[in-house]
Amino acid sequence: MKKSVFLGTLAATTVLAGFASAATLDDVKARGELICGVNTGLVGFAAPDANGNWQGFDVAVCKAVAAAVLGDASKVKYVPTTGETRFTALASGEIDLLSRNTTWTFSRDTDLKFTFVGVNYYDGQGFMVRKDLGVSSAKELDGATVCIQTGTTTELNLADFFKVNNMTYQPVPINTNAEGEQQYLAGACDAYTTDASGLAATRAVFADPENHIILPEIISKEPLGPLVRHGDDQWADIVRWTLNALIAAEEYGVTSANVEELAKGTNNPEINRMLGTEGDLGTMIGLDKDWAKRAIAATGNYGEVFAASIGESTPIGLARGLNAQWTQGGLLYTPPFR
Amino acid sequence: MPAAPSGRGYDMTAVTDAPKDAFRLSMLIYDTRYRSMTIQIVVLLLFMAGAAWLVDNIVRNLQTLGKDFSFDFLWYRAGYDINQTLIPYTNDSTHGRALFVGLVNTILVSVMGCVAATIIGVFVGILRLSKNWLVGRIMTVYVETFRNVPLLLWILVALAVFTEITPAPNQFRVTEQMIAEGTEPEATMSFFDSIAITNRGTYVPAPEVSRSLGSFTVLDVPISLNVLAFLAAVAIAVLGYRAIRASASRVQEATGVRPVTWWKSLLMLLVLPVGLLVALGFHLSYPELAGFNFKGGINVSNALMSLWLALTLYTAAFIAEIVRAGIMAISKGQTEAAFALGLRPGRTMNLIILPQALRVIIPPLISQYLNLMKNSSLAIAVSYMDLRGTLGGITLNQTGRELECILLMMLIYLALSLLISSAMNVYNNAVKLKER
Repeated sequence: MKKSVFLGTLAATTVLAGFASAATLDDVKARGELICGVNTGLVGFAAPDANGNWQGFDVAVCKAVAAAVLGDASKVKYVPTTGETRFTALASGEIDLLSRNTTWTFSRDTDLKFTFVGVNYYDGQGFMVRKDLGVSSAKELDGATVCIQTGTTTELNLADFFKVNNMTYQPVPINTNAEGEQQYLAGACDAYTTDASGLAATRAVFADPENHIILPEIISKEPLGPLVRHGDDQWADIVRWTLNALIAAEEYGVTSANVEELAKGTNNPEINRMLGTEGDLGTMIGLDKDWAKRAIAATGNYGEVFAASIGESTPIGLARGLNAQWTQGGLLYTPPFR
Repeated sequence: MPAAPSGRGYDMTAVTDAPKDAFRLSMLIYDTRYRSMTIQIVVLLLFMAGAAWLVDNIVRNLQTLGKDFSFDFLWYRAGYDINQTLIPYTNDSTHGRALFVGLVNTILVSVMGCVAATIIGVFVGILRLSKNWLVGRIMTVYVETFRNVPLLLWILVALAVFTEITPAPNQFRVTEQMIAEGTEPEATMSFFDSIAITNRGTYVPAPEVSRSLGSFTVLDVPISLNVLAFLAAVAIAVLGYRAIRASASRVQEATGVRPVTWWKSLLMLLVLPVGLLVALGFHLSYPELAGFNFKGGINVSNALMSLWLALTLYTAAFIAEIVRAGIMAISKGQTEAAFALGLRPGRTMNLIILPQALRVIIPPLISQYLNLMKNSSLAIAVSYMDLRGTLGGITLNQTGRELECILLMMLIYLALSLLISSAMNVYNNAVKLKER
């Protein structure tokens, strides 16, 4: 009996360990649906709207890839993942693509066997506290209780930050942003720490956002981007260049409004190559000529996505900052479409 | 697996005259002498093939993912902090150390849960049989509500109660303005200003000694000599107390008069432990509000409190039913006989019913303890840093060693379960009916 229990659990672990298949593109096409891992709910980045449709900055990557590969941005199945479950979900093949505020780090790229295809948001870790706590700097947080999402880089940064500054703290581990929000608002922790963009998004849904401040210290580099499994370079290329197409489209002034128009041909050969009127870049990654056009038409270019989901006109109100085009003093810079 | 035919009974006569044939292959199935062996061998082969298939599957999948199978990560720096550490731990410690911190936390909540659930369960089980209609019904309501709602929900409810209803630490703060205006802070500490119940945890006084005997370390875990000395003093006191009782019983048997021993017993029980505490300079360190939180005392986190409370009340409901079943299994004649001898109901329960009921109670009780220990992994819901939280949560996630962590975790839970059940089996052998 004990043996059969062991056997069953072993079998379960095997399923968990997964059946990684080499050709994700074929799987997605055969399925007619892209399975995309997203946040369990972080307004602006990935959250269902009033109609239950997933919307947001990270969701846009899923939609763009679905549009490029399947020709329909709505053919995405969203799998909400927590900080702890996301990597297992991707490694096991449960999802084709993870687009969930995930920091690109050395060990995740190499040891965890993932391929980060690029950066869609340059971020850093910050702290949010109540105004009436009377704290104006993260260095005054000695002895504080801090809510922290487990299984994240922020957890390790937090330990390092307090150690370097010779301070102590009491961690309150939480699993999802919603749980963090609830614990923080209930006062179970003095400070909530995560990526600064996540803090802004969280604060935006508070009933009294004006009573909470995000401390000025940014204690880490958090390049957030979509990622796929190691071992399928073609699929990685598709996701990478779909993201690049959105970023390049902004640089070249291609928007969801004018993409149809520009796809008829322009005097800029780079745009022509990207949109498939010149050359055949699409077939090089196993797609057709119009892949980038469909992606841009579905979600808009990077700037449009940013403005619509997390930009300054939204409640989240993030400035472009580092996430502006390189021509505007930011870090966004795509390799040429050639 | 079907039991092999016993060979006793009706077929004895049938085989007496059987011809002694040479061995034929079909006898493996049709001959009862070989059949059970054949079935066992076939099952064994199937089992081994299945296991081999699974292992092969794992190996090939790990290869496809480009991952190796190694437990080296247990010696790497963990880098994360844990909010409840009963053994010394910093973020510079190893993942292996974090595993032990989690394991100790699992054991802590399990032991606390088992003790509290047993006490409450026995009381409720007995009270449910009460002739007092109201008490009996109240216990029925308790048992039925707790055992028929999923444990996870109870844990979440308990956490919500602790975090949402209790005051924040800064509500305990007395500012100069308040003193000037003569107003009270929104919250005050309970039990003569010794316990602070906050939405971050319950701060209770910590026992401390001013003249410590020091400590020694075993496997990097410091063991306090003070605690050991105190335990030894208590053990000696209990042994002395039993000796006094035994000698009183001997006198009673010899003379028929039981000598008055209560003051001797009391002295025996108190003198040594209390004397030791005084010698060590024992005192309590009370929690005080300092900075953001209370400092000093012991912080019992809300995660631990809610997990403990929910596990206790949930399991106690089952234990109550087990106790009730055990008591009802003792025939009414026993009670009537005890009453006929003039025993009062309380003594009848303690001396006649419970000792016999234990035989029925202990075996299912063991499985309740095992359930409680395994259910403690629901700590995930309140982020209590138990074994699943450290090894199966953060370590798994930061190192990406899913298979290793899960296997290790299963192994540890299995070992814990076997440990508990073997310890309880020893106790069961002590109380079970001795047939001679």
